[in-house]
Amino acid sequence: MTTKLMGQGVQRVEDQRFLRGLGRYVDDVAVEQQVLHAAVLRSPHAHARILDIDVADVLDVEGVHAVYTYDDLTGPMAEPLPLLIPHPALTHGRTQYALAKDEVNYVGEAIAFVVAEDRYVAEDAVARIRVDYEFLPPVVGIAAARAAERLVHDDVPGNVGARLEQEVGDAKAAIARAPHTLSLDLTVERSACMPMEGRGTVARWDPDLHRLQVWTSTQSSTGVRAAVAVKMGLGLGQVDVVTPDVGGGFGVKINHPWPEELLVPMAARALGRTVKFTEDRREHFISSAHERGQVHHIEVGFDDDGRLLGLDVEFWHDHGAFTPYGLIVPIITSTQLLGPYKPQNYRVVFESLYTNTVMVTPYRGAGRPQGCYAMERTMDAIAAYLGKDRTEVRAVNFIQPDEFPYDQGLIFQDGRELEYDSGDYPASLEKIKALVGWDEFPAFQAEMAAQGRRVGIGLACYVEGTGVGPYEGAHVHIETSGKVKVATGLTTQGQGHATVFAQLVADELGCPFEDVEVVTGDTRRMPYAVGTFASRAAVMSGSAIHLAAKRAKEKVLKIAAEALEADEKDLQIVDGVVSVKGSPGTSIDLGTVSVLSNPLRYAFDEASKAATQFSVGDPGKPPVPEDEEPGLEGKDFYSPERATFASGMHAVIVETDPDTAEITILKYAVVHDCGKLINPMIVEGQIHGGVAQGVGGALYERMAYDESGQLLNASFMDFLMPYVTEVPDGIDVDHLETASPLNPLGIKGAGEAGVIPSAAVFAAAIEDAEGIPITAMPISPSELFTLRQEHSS
Amino acid sequence: MKPAPFDYRRPGSIAEAVQILAGEPNAKVLAGGQSLVPLLSMRLAAPAMLVDINAIPGLDAIEVEDGGVRIGALARHAAVLASPDVRRVQPLVPMALAHVAHATIRNRGTTVGSLIHADAAAEMPVVLSLLGGSVDVDGPSGRRTIPASELYVGPLESSLHHDEIAVSAFFPALAPGAGVAFQELARRHGDYALVGAAALVEGESVEVGYLSVSDVPTVVDLSGVDDADLGEAALAQLEPADDIHATAAYRAQLVRVLTGKVVRSAREWADQHAEGAR
Repeated sequence: MTTKLMGQGVQRVEDQRFLRGLGRYVDDVAVEQQVLHAAVLRSPHAHARILDIDVADVLDVEGVHAVYTYDDLTGPMAEPLPLLIPHPALTHGRTQYALAKDEVNYVGEAIAFVVAEDRYVAEDAVARIRVDYEFLPPVVGIAAARAAERLVHDDVPGNVGARLEQEVGDAKAAIARAPHTLSLDLTVERSACMPMEGRGTVARWDPDLHRLQVWTSTQSSTGVRAAVAVKMGLGLGQVDVVTPDVGGGFGVKINHPWPEELLVPMAARALGRTVKFTEDRREHFISSAHERGQVHHIEVGFDDDGRLLGLDVEFWHDHGAFTPYGLIVPIITSTQLLGPYKPQNYRVVFESLYTNTVMVTPYRGAGRPQGCYAMERTMDAIAAYLGKDRTEVRAVNFIQPDEFPYDQGLIFQDGRELEYDSGDYPASLEKIKALVGWDEFPAFQAEMAAQGRRVGIGLACYVEGTGVGPYEGAHVHIETSGKVKVATGLTTQGQGHATVFAQLVADELGCPFEDVEVVTGDTRRMPYAVGTFASRAAVMSGSAIHLAAKRAKEKVLKIAAEALEADEKDLQIVDGVVSVKGSPGTSIDLGTVSVLSNPLRYAFDEASKAATQFSVGDPGKPPVPEDEEPGLEGKDFYSPERATFASGMHAVIVETDPDTAEITILKYAVVHDCGKLINPMIVEGQIHGGVAQGVGGALYERMAYDESGQLLNASFMDFLMPYVTEVPDGIDVDHLETASPLNPLGIKGAGEAGVIPSAAVFAAAIEDAEGIPITAMPISPSELFTLRQEHSS
Repeated sequence: MKPAPFDYRRPGSIAEAVQILAGEPNAKVLAGGQSLVPLLSMRLAAPAMLVDINAIPGLDAIEVEDGGVRIGALARHAAVLASPDVRRVQPLVPMALAHVAHATIRNRGTTVGSLIHADAAAEMPVVLSLLGGSVDVDGPSGRRTIPASELYVGPLESSLHHDEIAVSAFFPALAPGAGVAFQELARRHGDYALVGAAALVEGESVEVGYLSVSDVPTVVDLSGVDDADLGEAALAQLEPADDIHATAAYRAQLVRVLTGKVVRSAREWADQHAEGAR
């Protein structure tokens, strides 16, 4: 038998291409052609009425082909962009127009779209557009939004887009009865996805076929396709969307359609030319989405053991100027806050607030880092209050392994019950304590203190709902060459899908791993798909591919059994050859089975000639029997009842410099449970990347808006993404594999886990080192110094 | 992020370059381009013309002269950093250069270009100021030498005239028995420093140069100050400011910490090398 590839650290088939610079991204598309380039005039003001736009000087610029403003948009294009995920609580949802109509609401909002011979000319032209503004007072930050002395949108009272409350039990009453109570106020600032490749779109209209071809750097090609078709008044069948290699998404590319994803196709059709838009870094800072910014107020009641009796959380979520992605982020915060714990009585209420800043949509972690931070800082506060070990307080609140499935009694982001499928939190805790050296730490801390050095340890637990529906599908096609072509509709942003999906197919079909080729994100190959977000690709497409391969295998065995005059039950497939068990000479390879599956009489290739030795089919019946199709294919969809819940724990040891307040990471440890592992190497890579992003979010990155709504650090010079020199040299990772009962492979998602506990774990460790409450993240050395000054005075 | 249109010239001699500059008041000299090109791309600068001096022969020389080392306008940071002559004659130069940005930027960026860009957050202007070096410039009226003390007149502003080109910088040699040190604190490896300090001690004389704590590179004479008071004495002559990365108070704290450290470390350097000389 061939060794199973599931669970093996198979080398990524993508890497040769990527490392040699042979990746092909949107900006690499159509380079050999006479492509026109687009540039966007973006609002320099956070809040203003547009009185007049004068483009008279623009068309005089040599090389300019077109300039569009709102007045040039017609039909559905002139309507606001879609609100992708409405929610009854989102009573005042607002979305922007593809080009601003009458008013701008953040610095960076698109006002005009210029198409020219090249991007240089396009930018020159943008600089010549004159806009008359009437300035309106901007609303920046959660405090200003709550104060509501000024409104972002005139028709949204109090700047409140939504208010949502969920409650299990009676939290207030339980807190009132509890022997001990605490309250906490916590803040998390804004950050954002920073993929190496920004957004980008290319479109070409084929006047002969009346078809639109779009390449876009997205996390949902099917979503962009549907949006473009509707907005441009085209049939779905007239629009193809291809997602080539994507240089990172992290969430920002799941929001769609971006204005440029509509404006580029519109211009391409109008001008009869291929048009390209490639976002630059400053544009990414001021016109793509941000996340994270929240303020929490927590009331908690607990007993002498630290057992939660009641938890009451109120938080304010800054969603920026518009709400295209609904309430997903704050809903995730409010539900996933609970982590591995059972609070008995829980009330959560949030307000989602408008500000004159870039809109907020999910960024890797998607609201969970804030929730985890709130819950874990509460656990730390309870432990400190009771004088107990922080891990003990956590342990008494864990859902136990025999309590699954565990229903938290809330409604999750997908509109389904927040019911955890499986997990083993006590086992994870034991593992993380061993990995980081939790029990030995107090001695180390004392030893360091004797040398005048300050070290601290932090630990945080999380549960992540992954693999949300509604569905994904897959198509597996065994060609006459014996090669296996697999298509799934969701997109790839570097995860290694071509590797892990090929592992699953090779395992199921018994074909060589090298013979499997995976295509993602191409609506021509798989028109029904959802997208890559919410740590769902492995669970959703992995399961669908497994099921599709199973179907293909059934057909292989049926045809092979007839060809070999054997019983299906006696057949095995090894290395791409079907043979009768115990009789290896009686065999047929997959390519030949593929030839036999298609009763076409032309022999195009050697495989067809070879197939002539076999006879299949009843000469008395149609060559393609009823209920059968020609060709050796399998197609299937996977649609789960609900999300699977991965979990994990992080711990970090930091050192803080007594003089300079610099924060140094001495050790970082991760225990991770994403169910059955398809490829542990790739999962560890996901964790490493997530931790790096988490370090950025906890210690370096923030969106520095000033009072007027200008983003002061809209470049990589001042927005401090960690370099390799700032992330831990080594990240100790240990896995636990608690299978999910919800899918055939027992897997859970892994994509976002690495980033979720970082704010919590660093705040805890710095607090432990300093003995000063850390309530606002991220934290810089300058801020830690300020805290020390305040604390000592 | 594409520059506005500009003319481009690539003269083959300094005389030709000076002539071109004289004819276009809104021209900028392009050497390594590591500061200028990003400014152009972000359209924060839009000169009418770039005068690329990279084709002028001989400008990349690094030569030991009487009393110091002369670095040509096209000598890259990486070449200066790697030069054993520079290290021997004035060790403070490589000490500071190791903190200039990242290797890829040092491969292209020029030391003289950094001096003329006159960024008070940059390392080399402080080093030149502390050492009392100078820059030689060519212009329509011939060559002149600008001492460091007269070079920096404001934020990102040097005393060069628009029709002058810096052709070289002169860093005085370290006197026998003297010691130097350089330290800085940055948010990330290779970033502009939150605060940086360079020290020169020579007998009783103690001088420290600072970056990122005032509009121009600033040198403070701390001769005769008790070790315990060094930081406060320096702060009396500096004006640290707030920005998005650090408060003024935090910068002041870093001045206190770094001043003592660099002075101590410069003295140690002097002691070690004095012993070595014997």
